[in-house]
Amino acid sequence: MHNVKNIDAFTHLRGESVYLDDIPELAGTLYAACFDSPVAHGELVSIDLSAALNCPGVVRILTHADITGENQIGGIIPDEELFAHKHVHFCGMPVALVIASTAREARTAAKQIKVEINPLPVITDPREAAAAGELIVPPRSFKLGDTNTAWSACAHIFEGRADTNGQEHLYIETQGAYAIPAENGGLKIHSSTQGPTAVQRAVSRVTGLAMHQVEVDVTRLGGGFGGKEDQANTWAALCGLAAHLLKKPVKYSLDRMEDMRMTGKRHPYSSDFKIGLSADLKIIAYEVTFFQNAGAVADLSPAVLERTLFHATNCYYIPNVTATALSCRTNLPPNTAFRGFGGPQGMFVIESAIAKAADELNIEAAFIQEKNLLQTGDELAYGQKVVSEAGECWQKAMDHFDIPGTRKEIEAFNLEQQHYKKGLAVMPICFGISFTNTLMNQGRALVHVYTDGSVVVTTGAIEMGQGVNTKILQVVANTFSIDPALVKVSSTNTYRIANTSPSAASATADLNGKATLMACAAILQRLKAVAAESLSVEASTLVVQDGLLFTNGIKSGWDWQQLVMTAYAKRVSLSEHAHYATPDIHFDKATGKGHPFAYHVYGTAIITVTVDCLRGTYEMDTVNLVHDFGSSMNALIDRGQIEGGIVQGIGWMTMEEIIYDKEGRLRSNALSTYKVPDIYSVPKQINIEFLQTPKDNLAIFRSKAVGEPPLMYGIGAFFALRNAIRSFDPSVKPSFAAPMTPEKLLLDLYAGKIEGLTASHKRQQDPVVASNP
Amino acid sequence: MIQFLLNDRLIQTAVPAGTLVLDFVRYQQRLTGTKIGCREGDCGACTVLIGELKNGRLFYSSVTSCLMPIGNAANKHIVTIEGINATGLNFLQQAFADEGASQCGFCAPGFIVSATGFAMSSSCNYQDGIDAMNGNICRCTGYKSIERAIGTIAGKLESRGDDDPLSFAIAQELLPAYFSGIKERLQSLQVGSNGYTREALSTRVVVGGGTDLYVQQHDAMQDADIRFVINEAPLKGILQVGDECILGASVTVSEMLKSPLFLENFPALRKYIRLVSSTQIRNMATIAGNLVNASPIGDLTIFFLALDAQVTLSGGDTKRKVPLRQFYKGYKLLERTEGEVIEQISFKIPPANHLFNFEKVSKRTTLDIASVNTAILLTMNGNQVATAGIAAGGVGPIPAYLSAASAFCVGKDPSAEMLAELLEIVQTEIAPISDTRGSAIYKRLLLSQLIKAHFSVLFPGLDLNPSA
Repeated sequence: MHNVKNIDAFTHLRGESVYLDDIPELAGTLYAACFDSPVAHGELVSIDLSAALNCPGVVRILTHADITGENQIGGIIPDEELFAHKHVHFCGMPVALVIASTAREARTAAKQIKVEINPLPVITDPREAAAAGELIVPPRSFKLGDTNTAWSACAHIFEGRADTNGQEHLYIETQGAYAIPAENGGLKIHSSTQGPTAVQRAVSRVTGLAMHQVEVDVTRLGGGFGGKEDQANTWAALCGLAAHLLKKPVKYSLDRMEDMRMTGKRHPYSSDFKIGLSADLKIIAYEVTFFQNAGAVADLSPAVLERTLFHATNCYYIPNVTATALSCRTNLPPNTAFRGFGGPQGMFVIESAIAKAADELNIEAAFIQEKNLLQTGDELAYGQKVVSEAGECWQKAMDHFDIPGTRKEIEAFNLEQQHYKKGLAVMPICFGISFTNTLMNQGRALVHVYTDGSVVVTTGAIEMGQGVNTKILQVVANTFSIDPALVKVSSTNTYRIANTSPSAASATADLNGKATLMACAAILQRLKAVAAESLSVEASTLVVQDGLLFTNGIKSGWDWQQLVMTAYAKRVSLSEHAHYATPDIHFDKATGKGHPFAYHVYGTAIITVTVDCLRGTYEMDTVNLVHDFGSSMNALIDRGQIEGGIVQGIGWMTMEEIIYDKEGRLRSNALSTYKVPDIYSVPKQINIEFLQTPKDNLAIFRSKAVGEPPLMYGIGAFFALRNAIRSFDPSVKPSFAAPMTPEKLLLDLYAGKIEGLTASHKRQQDPVVASNP
Repeated sequence: MIQFLLNDRLIQTAVPAGTLVLDFVRYQQRLTGTKIGCREGDCGACTVLIGELKNGRLFYSSVTSCLMPIGNAANKHIVTIEGINATGLNFLQQAFADEGASQCGFCAPGFIVSATGFAMSSSCNYQDGIDAMNGNICRCTGYKSIERAIGTIAGKLESRGDDDPLSFAIAQELLPAYFSGIKERLQSLQVGSNGYTREALSTRVVVGGGTDLYVQQHDAMQDADIRFVINEAPLKGILQVGDECILGASVTVSEMLKSPLFLENFPALRKYIRLVSSTQIRNMATIAGNLVNASPIGDLTIFFLALDAQVTLSGGDTKRKVPLRQFYKGYKLLERTEGEVIEQISFKIPPANHLFNFEKVSKRTTLDIASVNTAILLTMNGNQVATAGIAAGGVGPIPAYLSAASAFCVGKDPSAEMLAELLEIVQTEIAPISDTRGSAIYKRLLLSQLIKAHFSVLFPGLDLNPSA
């Protein structure tokens, strides 16, 4: 395998990589800016554009009345208007689009638009929505065994509640699109999207153009993390509509506050759990109800909901499970895909249930975790029997990182220190790889070999930092056995590769890599046939190795260029389009049973933290982990995914706090009020032990998917902090409510003592108000 | 007309002086390596270097171009990533590439510019290298690969020895050769400068570093009639006059951090300032700007309040001194008349045996706005407190000087019982509100804890909890 470093590093580090806002603009380009609803729920009585239309530079202002196709961009469910028509459903919902000569003029004019809205009741809490019957889809349930009868077999039963907040994607490149009119009424769309086909479909639907009139081209994204899987559609549809109507190029690159205000985030969940264990700590039964805060429309929420159910028991075997999930409609921007896609939310609840049991039984949670790890052949609630690496990861982690020794050190530290306490948590994971919607598990690749021997490959994969293009290039270079410098990965384009699945579900390298492998293999086979005929040998004796052709292990005298040129001269095709569909997977939504995942990824992380109990602050000390890579095809890229995922997961569990007020307005609406990890706040050490497993799997070159799984190691940070709090005051049982901000941590540390400290001041329950900078 | 060097080119432009460096380089010059992430100085994707002559020497510092008006760049050297690039990857860029320290790549140019700023400083210390990255946010890597790259870079910089960092950087091709002529070009710019006029007109908006103004009034500032005070000679420098320390209004936080006078009197200054914004912001932001911004949680405001500092207000012909304790009259309401500008900040240098501490807690420890911050200055007479000043932010509409709590300390022996009583008094002096930085009850608890932390730091070994 050629070990290739990130192929974009050269242009990235020189600032020469081209992102949406860097594309050279065509003369006559116009700029768009949205006017979005200032009210979370209400009847849209009137829109007054008069003042805005008189602003300098304004060319036109579009509303729902200007749509030439359908006012509809809903993906899974057609419940999402592009422009508000009769009602507004969340703060940030597009109402009008100003098109002007400059971006600044467009934004200035948008501020002059006035709307009359009759306010309707605003719901921001998912439990409140469920009580009001506001569900996006009917409740879903996964069942294994029978929890009703299993409780009687349990020695211990515990119940509780767990909550996780949302998470802002905070891709550093904001959302945007640039639409350019093409001949015969067509459109070319540059979009910062993870799903070019979804963008193509949305533009087509809104303009009324057939899909073949809409070309979508994506070079790369400045981060996606799920936020641009479905929610890039809006900006592309807006620009596409404007370009279609005005016959001019129209661009919209959102500013940060527009992006944060108008787009959805990771779904907040509120959940109830009940867990039953035997006397020897086997989990016998688990019941859980998830209340997902979907926001105002479906977006990807039903699919996210399903993945929560798939991961409700994480890496544990539980014979009796009833998991129910409700997708609750609230008046928030539609929440959407985010690395882990509902899985982390499900895993947080089972880990909370185990921690609760451990608290009550006065034992380490790890005792319960270890006793219940999945073994090969165990059945999950959705019927799939697993090939498990859970035990191996766990054991290797305990041994390699001397966990018993670490525990003793922490105990000694905590005895000695009054103001500082350390905490440790073990976070094992099991994450299913494949789109749970089986039909999406297909990938395509188009490979052209040119007569000079250079190769260009196009796939449906979107490069957004995860290194998929580097892996695709490795597939080509490795399959042909040629110098990687001969290979170029081109932009993703719906005219070259049609009907793409979004780059998501960690499956992008697998699906598109396998298709690339198939295309290369087909070309190579044809090349060998040509050579076999010319050299009068059997094709099976031919091997290309490092750019040279060998017959029976002996140099043939031909190199790659000659092989290619000869084939061309003999009028043999040097191009191939291949299609890959993941085999063996199926899932019946009606019964909730099947074999939805190509494989699972496992790992065990141990997280240690230090809490400053005086100030209520904390530091992440170490994350030590053993991760199941299968057989990593690019250790540098995979290490980067692990480290980045962990830090993003820790951010979700600690400092990243989304705050909406009761009126549904986002208060954490800028980088000054929403904090993601900076260089000082990351773990001092992340030590990764590669578990290279020899077993066959469906991953590309047996190199298992690595995009999403590591995020879930970050969940351990919450429990490590919680354990440190309990070392400070064992009588405190901190609620299972993430994130563990310094505020929650300090209030937990001094729970019960707060009244004493502030005796003369009643506990205030002020409403949240905007911060004063 | 404003003139400056942009990479290797002389720029003379008539765009409004309030135009942001970011917009100018990115949209007018189409140097698209400078990225936009937030436009409020919180992500560092737009980091550029600013070179300027100080006492005949050329210094570079990193700034976020989204908060810097080109008026503040007049006669200086603006360096974008394009101005750093040589033919291939230099060893900074190569170290990042080797470690996989760029993933999506969007933040990468900002990191490289910041790293270049580090390489042009006199330090080759690893931690200083990390500190140079503290204003750059990366959402992909988790920073560990960036740390490793900085480790490699710091190692390579060690071979520099005592060589001039700029010459070394040119010799090592970290910087293109044109850098060797920049000093002379800037000198000739300054000599020949007939360009930007800076007469003090009272109608003009006064801009120091601009780091708060451009966040709060982004649109209005771009066409505003601005008086750029940062380069006005009378407002520069940190001086000791008798037992007073005097800071010119244009002194930046970075200048304060490098001041021998401050470092001598506040040995833990680096620790405090680490909690204040980022390298890029500190390179621009002025102390006076922090004071006039009147934020109830201004970090340096709290610092100087505890020192019982005074501001000298100049209104053209008139000058007066106002104690900082009386400067804040209500939320964002100052004891200041229209046209008055801070000219100086002064405080009495505390005696050698003084005790000082600054504490701050925010959602993210660094590069964040405080939930609560507080500073304390004590002088001791044996075991007894002789004088005390305690200030706290985030606990009311103005930066609070806790008069009653400060007065209470005088004449007391610090003890757990004294501390308990002190905290009761502190609680009567504050009125925090719930906002995105925390609930009111949290801020009350936190201030009590941070005052305990003051005593824990200043009196090691003191038992903070009264015996039951």
